[in-house]
Amino acid sequence: MAGLWVRTASLVAAGRRGRWPQQQQLILSAALRTLKHVPHYSRKHLMVSRNLGSVGYDPNEKTFDKILVANRGEIACRVIKTCKKMGIKTVAIHSDVDATSVHVKMADEAVCVGPAPTTKSYLNMDAIMEAIKKTRAQAVHPGYGFLSENKEFARCLDAEEAVRIAREIGYPVMIKASAGGGGKGMRIAWDDEETRDGFRLSSQEAASSFGDDRLLIEKFIDNPRHIEIQVLGDKHGNALWLNERECSIQRRNQKVVEEAPSIFLDAETRRAMGEQAVALAKAVKYSSAGTVEFLVDSKKNFYFLEMNTRLQVEHPVTECITGLDLVQEMIRVAKGYPLRHKQADISINGWAVECRVYAEDPYKSFGLPSIGRLSQYQEPLHLPGVRIDSGIQPGSDISIYYDPMISKLITYGSDRTEALKRMEDALDNYVIRGVTHNIALLREVIINSRFVKGDISTKFLSDVYPDGFKGHMLTKSEKNQLLAIASSLFVAFQLRAQHFQEHSRVPVIKPDIANWELSIKLHDKVHTVVASNSGSTFSCLSREAGGSMNIQFLGTVYKMHILTKLAAELNKFMLEKVAEDTSSVLYSPMPGVVVAVSVKPGDMVAEGQEICVIEAMKMQNSMTAGKTGTVKSVHCRAGDTVGEGDLLVELE
Amino acid sequence: AAALRVAAAGARLSVLASGLRAAVRSLCSQLTSVDERIENKRRTALLGGGQRRIDAQHKRGKLTARERISLLLDPGSFVESDMFVEHRCADFGMAADKNKDFTVFGGSLSGAHAQKICKIMDQAVTVGAPVIGLNDSGGARIQEGVESLAGYADIFLRNVTASGVIPQISLIMGPCAGGAVYSPALTDFTFMVKDTSYLFITGPDVVKSVTNEDVTQEELGGAKTHTTMSGVAHRAFENDVDALCNLRDFFDYLPLSSQDPAPVRECHDPSDRLVPELDTVVPLESTKAYDMVDIIHSVVDEREFFEIMPTYAKNIVVGFARMNGRTVGIVGNQPKVASGCLDINSSVKGARFVRFCDAFNIPLITFVDVPGFLPGTAQEYGGIIRHGAKLLYAFAEATVPKVTVITRKAYGGAYDVMSSKHLCGDTNYAWPTAEIAVMGAKGAVEIIFKGHENVEAAQAEYIEKFANPFPAAVRGFVDDIIQPSSTRARICCDLDVLASKKVQRPWRKHANIPL
Repeated sequence: MAGLWVRTASLVAAGRRGRWPQQQQLILSAALRTLKHVPHYSRKHLMVSRNLGSVGYDPNEKTFDKILVANRGEIACRVIKTCKKMGIKTVAIHSDVDATSVHVKMADEAVCVGPAPTTKSYLNMDAIMEAIKKTRAQAVHPGYGFLSENKEFARCLDAEEAVRIAREIGYPVMIKASAGGGGKGMRIAWDDEETRDGFRLSSQEAASSFGDDRLLIEKFIDNPRHIEIQVLGDKHGNALWLNERECSIQRRNQKVVEEAPSIFLDAETRRAMGEQAVALAKAVKYSSAGTVEFLVDSKKNFYFLEMNTRLQVEHPVTECITGLDLVQEMIRVAKGYPLRHKQADISINGWAVECRVYAEDPYKSFGLPSIGRLSQYQEPLHLPGVRIDSGIQPGSDISIYYDPMISKLITYGSDRTEALKRMEDALDNYVIRGVTHNIALLREVIINSRFVKGDISTKFLSDVYPDGFKGHMLTKSEKNQLLAIASSLFVAFQLRAQHFQEHSRVPVIKPDIANWELSIKLHDKVHTVVASNSGSTFSCLSREAGGSMNIQFLGTVYKMHILTKLAAELNKFMLEKVAEDTSSVLYSPMPGVVVAVSVKPGDMVAEGQEICVIEAMKMQNSMTAGKTGTVKSVHCRAGDTVGEGDLLVELE
Repeated sequence: AAALRVAAAGARLSVLASGLRAAVRSLCSQLTSVDERIENKRRTALLGGGQRRIDAQHKRGKLTARERISLLLDPGSFVESDMFVEHRCADFGMAADKNKDFTVFGGSLSGAHAQKICKIMDQAVTVGAPVIGLNDSGGARIQEGVESLAGYADIFLRNVTASGVIPQISLIMGPCAGGAVYSPALTDFTFMVKDTSYLFITGPDVVKSVTNEDVTQEELGGAKTHTTMSGVAHRAFENDVDALCNLRDFFDYLPLSSQDPAPVRECHDPSDRLVPELDTVVPLESTKAYDMVDIIHSVVDEREFFEIMPTYAKNIVVGFARMNGRTVGIVGNQPKVASGCLDINSSVKGARFVRFCDAFNIPLITFVDVPGFLPGTAQEYGGIIRHGAKLLYAFAEATVPKVTVITRKAYGGAYDVMSSKHLCGDTNYAWPTAEIAVMGAKGAVEIIFKGHENVEAAQAEYIEKFANPFPAAVRGFVDDIIQPSSTRARICCDLDVLASKKVQRPWRKHANIPL
């Protein structure tokens, strides 16, 4: 397998170069940000990332005049940022719906390459070629995903052949899109049946995300760590390894939390892995930034997984601890300059952690996509040691067409403890409203005792949360703190309601704060409270006059119901509202497009049988029956766009 | 029961808990000292219909009148009047009330009731204090005959006399049938409690016997019916506690009377706050919808918006909010529903709200994205001309500060209606995305260039010429084209300037709105 991948990597680089016009060169890579159109936080951000940034830029070292960035979102912003630093003009490409997005505003020029679906825009080779011609860009930077993925190689399979190959390799196997990465089009199969299902779903996903439905099947090593080595090569036969990244915290084979260095590796293993990675890069004459992925078992045996011939999403943690700007180095070596560093120059300074902040509901399978408009958005860049790579701004839409990532939040500190503490603060101070986000999950992971000890594997989430993620479990003192916060907010609102700036509204009764007796309902338990506040960071997300309050505390959003003691006493006379019986109805758990409906009214379905498939954010989600019964009515058709909570199918 | 001059959230206010606790039967016929008799009567009055009935009320998920009042008002601020008034029905029989099972006399209206209500309303008008009615009434007390009917009329008259003088709010907390429904209908706002309150002229039994329709109380006159279909009620709440807490919240938006300015409350949201998310809220394609409530939330203080009729005629959004602490009335077309067009229901909903704000000195802020009036026979036969005129009339008549922001479309007559400069809008802004024209490009080109070959070119020319804010701006029909992110700061500043606005109108007995 290693040999195949090596060949692939080298050929991709060569093959692509042949296909682009002569004066243009392809740089394989990825991510930083600034905003042309400057709200105050972006200025702050510039400052911060300069601290975190790379070795200086040498203005005499001429590279390119103009680069086209063939991507969108945070990675496009990241690349444009380094280009600006190097005095290179940038061209953004965008789809119709992205016309006002941040990467378009940041770039010097922008070209629309088609409508929203990626196959018609960001993967539309003809339109992109046209854009290159029109703007006379000398080089193209593909970022990651989309065009950066190597898609020329891999065999075409059908489902039965997939089963045969899987049997040969021995279960469990991993089925993945050959063009893929980042968990899309990736599934694990433990038997023939799952292989067939996985094959079907993965190839559809791969086709819609990458424009290439070809798949790979490989051995799946159970319970490993995922550790990867960043390499950097030039066209003069030099290559460096830039230490490792620990990427074991994953869900659905997509990374969630990454860090550098890995708490697991000792210097010896690190060097062994690094040297192998460099040997590989040299062997294929690789001349850009790349990543060699390994699986590492509990005895520190490492197994080569694959080489990614591009920059990875999680490259910022490496930049933080090495002080290099990888995009800058990629542009330099693409122009033909030799590397500026020797292996001995590369050290590990401090510790960096990256959390991928997604528009996802972490309470559903560790993250089902959510869409919406960021009605409020503020990045915690005022905190020390925080870097954020994002391609969005207040008011941006998270649409069903693209990846639901909001940003990459990176914190950096002198050691792991400091980096993690800063991450905690940064997550608490991150303001994201309008879409569901996964901050609760991220915060739980980084404070989890197993994670803090470094006892992690790729199965971390399912091991720690076997029944799914349920939010932060409050300790007694935390609970008291939360109750106090809710109470003080409630009292503050009540008192302010009497502060009218006119004479006609002098309150008859003078409020006596000491007499605020409150009653708070949290998790169905009622607490009697007299308030005080010990001052930890929290956000009041919503408040209704009826007493409902949502407070984000320690990452998790708590729904509370707060009333005066009197109102609470009277509230016990209120009747329970009858909840709708949902066992026989199937609602869409997320917004998306119905790809297939496998039942019609009158059909008998067994519990767990597939009823329909919904595609959202390029992930295909199979909806299954909650119980055995007859289908009463079907409310969706293939091709329909459905919203979260829309009725799909009713059973008798 | 009745109350007077108390502080709810720091204000004077009169509460009419029409219904539950009412006059008391004469219990003490034996000779006792006056002091003892007073004490006895008070105790009986406080118990209302007795513990058994209080329990029954609780079992139904409802509170007694006194409990309701204790929640609505600040602690200790309720002064009850007329506790000693007795009903005047000579041959009252308890049996008649048992089935209805309200705490006292089923809350049906007696002459004594009406007298108490009238007394308190008269006083409310005299001192300039709002009236809140907590209605839980079984209709006229049959035993009292015509005296009850007279009582209704007395109350109706007071409702009308007080209209526009003091805010009147009704909260329907139980069945309210027959003549009793007209008092809420005459007040400014009617709120209902879900599942326990009903409003109808005649109940399901009578409906069955007259029209042979089978209908439940809930279908006929429940909170859902009136807040989504009939538009009789302005909002529905989950239960008694929720409703009363919300009523407290709502009350803070209102001035005490038409003599008072719109209330200004302490504000913690900077008046010059920029709102960057508004710069991208309007989609590029002019056919794509967005949520006007998003814009309202972003612009007002602390995203707090008390929406009126949120589930009825959803193509227009109306409600109260604050700008720099001052109460404002917000009117906005809702592009998410029926493209935000004006139809019969939305015109009437908007008109009534605008007139309330004007009567009580509450400045109006209008967000415009309106493609026009809804065409079709249903609308024409229904009298869209007459009903659309109401909204036009209301905006034209309003003399409170009027600030208008055109976010996108402002087409045709609907442009004029939506608080345009021509109707004496004080400040009219357009966002760069505004298109102020007689109609959309497609429709216009079909008419102007009928049979023309190059339709696309004509359409492009039309868009270039008309589908932008400039034609209106050069004529002064909009005062400025503003960056959306600055909208909040601009409006707050304008409201400060306009606070002293005074308009004189020629004398007339009263105006004649096209009802």
